[in-house]
Amino acid sequence: MALLRFGADAMPSAIESSEGYWASVWRRLRRDKVAMIAGAVVLALILMAVFAPYIVPADPFSGRMLRRLRPIGTEGYPLGSDELGRDMLSRLIYGARMSLLMGVTPVIIAFGLGSTLGIVAGYLGGWFNTIAMRTIDIFYAFPSVLLAVALSGALGAGLTNALVSLSVVFIPPIARVAESVTTQVRNRDYVEAARASGAPGFTIVRVHVLGNVLGPIFVYATSLISVSMILASGLSFLGLGVRPPEPEWGLMLNTLRTAIYTQPWVAALPGAMIFITSISFNLLSDGLRSAMDVKQ
Amino acid sequence: MSAAAPLDRGGPAQPLLTVRGLVKHFAVKGSLFGAKAMVRAVDGVDFEILKGETLGVVGESGCGKSTTARLLMHLIEPDAGTLIFDGETVGDGGLTMREFRRQVQMVFQDSYASLNPRLTVEASIAFGPQVHGVQARQAVDRAHGLLDRVGLDPSRFAGRYPHELSGGQRQRVNIARALALQPRLLILDEAVSALDKSVEAQVLNLLLDLKEEFGLTYLFISHDLNVVRFMSDRVAVMYLGKMAEIGPAGAVFDKAAHPYSAALTRSMPSMDPDHRTEEAPIAGDPPNPINPPTGCRFHTRCTFAESVCSTRVPALDPVGPEGGPSHLAACLMHEPGSGHSKAEAS
Amino acid sequence: MSEPLVQVRGLTVSFMGGPSPIRAVNGVDLELRAGETYALLGESGSGKSVTLRALMRLNPEKKTRVEGSIRVDGQDVMALNRKQLQQFRGKTLSMVFQEPALALDPVYTLGQQIAEAVAIHEGVSHAEGRKRALELFERVRIPSPERRLDAYPHEMSGGMRQRAMIALALSCRPQVLLADEPTTALDATVQIQILLLLRELQRELGLAVIFVTHDIGVAVEVADRIAVMYAGRIVETGAVRDIIRNPSHPYTIGLLRSRAHGALQKGARLETIPGSPPDLANLPAGCPFAPRCRYAIDQCQTVTPEPVAVRDGQIVRCLRVGELEAV
Ligand SMILES: Nc1ncnc2c1ncn2[C@@H]1O[C@H](COP(=O)(O)OP(=O)(O)OP(=O)(O)O)[C@@H](O)[C@H]1O
Ligand SMILES: Nc1ncnc2c1ncn2[C@@H]1O[C@H](COP(=O)(O)OP(=O)(O)O)[C@@H](O)[C@H]1O
Ligand code: SF4
Ligand code: SF4
Ligand SMILES: [Mg+2]
Ligand SMILES: [Mg+2]
Repeated sequence: MALLRFGADAMPSAIESSEGYWASVWRRLRRDKVAMIAGAVVLALILMAVFAPYIVPADPFSGRMLRRLRPIGTEGYPLGSDELGRDMLSRLIYGARMSLLMGVTPVIIAFGLGSTLGIVAGYLGGWFNTIAMRTIDIFYAFPSVLLAVALSGALGAGLTNALVSLSVVFIPPIARVAESVTTQVRNRDYVEAARASGAPGFTIVRVHVLGNVLGPIFVYATSLISVSMILASGLSFLGLGVRPPEPEWGLMLNTLRTAIYTQPWVAALPGAMIFITSISFNLLSDGLRSAMDVKQ
Repeated sequence: MSAAAPLDRGGPAQPLLTVRGLVKHFAVKGSLFGAKAMVRAVDGVDFEILKGETLGVVGESGCGKSTTARLLMHLIEPDAGTLIFDGETVGDGGLTMREFRRQVQMVFQDSYASLNPRLTVEASIAFGPQVHGVQARQAVDRAHGLLDRVGLDPSRFAGRYPHELSGGQRQRVNIARALALQPRLLILDEAVSALDKSVEAQVLNLLLDLKEEFGLTYLFISHDLNVVRFMSDRVAVMYLGKMAEIGPAGAVFDKAAHPYSAALTRSMPSMDPDHRTEEAPIAGDPPNPINPPTGCRFHTRCTFAESVCSTRVPALDPVGPEGGPSHLAACLMHEPGSGHSKAEAS
Repeated sequence: MSEPLVQVRGLTVSFMGGPSPIRAVNGVDLELRAGETYALLGESGSGKSVTLRALMRLNPEKKTRVEGSIRVDGQDVMALNRKQLQQFRGKTLSMVFQEPALALDPVYTLGQQIAEAVAIHEGVSHAEGRKRALELFERVRIPSPERRLDAYPHEMSGGMRQRAMIALALSCRPQVLLADEPTTALDATVQIQILLLLRELQRELGLAVIFVTHDIGVAVEVADRIAVMYAGRIVETGAVRDIIRNPSHPYTIGLLRSRAHGALQKGARLETIPGSPPDLANLPAGCPFAPRCRYAIDQCQTVTPEPVAVRDGQIVRCLRVGELEAV
């Protein structure tokens, strides 16, 4: 057991009460420059989405047909204008609302349902686990893009249906991660010790399992936000998600694709936003994962 | 306090725990095309733990020591066997599992894995009593008292997390947690094996002190024969899921009745540079518990083995007056009429 | 007197990368002659394995800072280039690990692994290498060696695997064998077999052996001399008999007295060393044992003890060594 060793006498005796777990996670996260930058970007995007109506320079919905497809840097259109002559900057800012909503909501819903299912299956084991996990595996066998498109198609176009089908797509992977982490934790000696104390299963899950599994599942879920955003963009692109004229990055990418030869830089802007947002979420989740490792 | 001081029901002569016919086989993937094979981890084990004693359990790795411990705690379900705790059958309308678990507690080998990394030391210790209905405030008080008792100043250690403690300190916390339910029997499964030698002695002393103070009974599992000898009143020797010998520590170590116990004790390094061990007491490795040898399981390595040993299963019987009636061994040489040339013809 | 086979002077090893360097080895001097067995005894984290790995330059180069000199068989180990190092490992010095399961390659049979090692190092054919492998298997007493050559590591029991590991280590006829707790993972009845095997091989092949262990009993069974390590230093070294009968460093004395053994009275308490080993990232000044030492005086907190000879060949690093004899 050479895992960790601290000389008792080398420990400053002044430590009376230790920092809590989350305080220590924060301390480690703060030292991680990449994660901090990614976190700042995410925060900025969220603020941008929340305060969109107050910060947009122009009305994102009304355009002038005479000023279509202006290049970046045109006076009055700092980031150019789109195929209907609407201000790109304002649409990109507004687009953060829908895009973040589409990226985050399905993951939150899937996190709630998937981790409940996975934790219960992992803790109970036995036949319940077998049935639950085999069912999940059937869904998991389909590529997520295909599943999302098929479900959306079946439910019909529209925002709510797109959110529902994306949530369904993310339940299986989250449940699988939750199940495997829980199975590991369930076999730890401290859970055995808790069982040996005669505690009921529910209490053991609440006190000893949840705290140790939610973190890793959460980290995994945050890494899905970028996937969700990209899938949502794809749905919008196919006309299955958000409908025009609502600004959403995926949809904007779609409608601007005809302009790819005339104004390539303007046409690429929504794609760049999707890219920056998803990469920031991924880097943040990587940082979180290592910061949550107590053994550092 | 709801957990009242444990009551001795049957008087000192009644064994604290009687184990009869304990069996646990694990299904594993066999080597041939994934066919199911059975690991006979514990294969019909009987023994008694007397009140106030320390019963040591020794044997090579994989012989079923930990499985036995986990079966006693009902952390895994036995395939067969009964447990009688102070005269009362456990389960089946007798002593409830919950009450039994309060009276029997366990300390594991890996001091880090056996503490929840997200809980402070005091929360870990107070968890058990709270489960049994003690108010949070009192449970924490009890935790502080126990920390003090195991040699960790509560004002310094109560609020710490497991990774902020050394291995020896963590094992003290594990001992405190086990004691928080005021058990009568403590199962120590390799509880000092992962500690540094200089820290091991501190924890052994602590265990001896606690035993006296709280009138505890220990089941002490270890692969370190020196430590087992030092700690135990009686010693049980296991081999491939079966009990080979059980008896007073002195008798088992110095006048072993079973050839395996004799070989095991003579395998201990001598500690005398002028009389080093010149010959290994037995050859070869322990066989695979998936397909253990027939008859006496030790016959593949035993220097006294005869043809009868590969067919006849020896019973765990008393081995005569030297060891007294409490000294039992499972060897055909001690079984009258067994057909072994060294056995009395009955 | 001829030059010793292994000569280590002032070896220090620190691991960088953490908030402060971990000082795993802090000035180790060591001399080993041909045909001698030396036991490095110490608790976990005392720097035994790191010392051993330094002899073979096996510590991760990037994050490790190594100082001091290491000479083996007249070669300056620190100055070897990659190619020389390859020849050196296996041919001059070779190593047996605690977990043979991790050190052996799971996808090749044992015969293939040994034949390969021999073929590479000695430029002979594979058939020749296999012949050597068979000899070695007989030598380390593996039953039905012919058949076992074609076994994969996971098909063997722990004891057999360790024998095979020893055979592999001996395949290129090294002069020095380094053994890092080769019996710690084994059962008592198997451990003694391996110890006797190592003793026999050492005698017959005239090997020099450095044997790392945390178990004094094991050290007594195999070694001629013992070096006791604490916090990255050798605090006492001497012939086995002297260390056992006249331990002179307070740590060695404490270690011997705290051992549980059969002759103790039932219910007696063990003598103990209080506290636990120091944090290597944060070593105290002076004698590293001072916080736990019952003989410590004020000076021990500030002055680092130098080696002092107490008896022929017995060297101790303690400021009070002369006075303790009288205690
Ligand atoms: N690669 C590494 N990076 C950082 N620290 C290391 C590394 N290798 C070893 N150490 C540290 O160096 C110290 C000495 O380690 P070493 O492995 O020599 O101990 P040991 O005495 O052999 O102990 P054990 O009985 O646990 O094997 C320990 O504190 C260990 O954590
Ligand atoms: N959950 C399990 N599944 C399969 N085999 C197991 C399991 N637990 C233990 N075993 C096997 O049972 C045997 C006895 O194990 P154990 O009691 O842990 O031995 P030890 O005496 O080392 O404590 C071993 O062969 C072990 O591999
Ligand atoms: S029964 Fe036979 S094989 Fe078993 S221990 Fe006795 S003599 Fe040896
Ligand atoms: S130098 Fe001082 S502290 Fe160190 S071992 Fe000697 S007496 Fe003890
Ligand atoms: Mg075990
Ligand atoms: Mg080591």
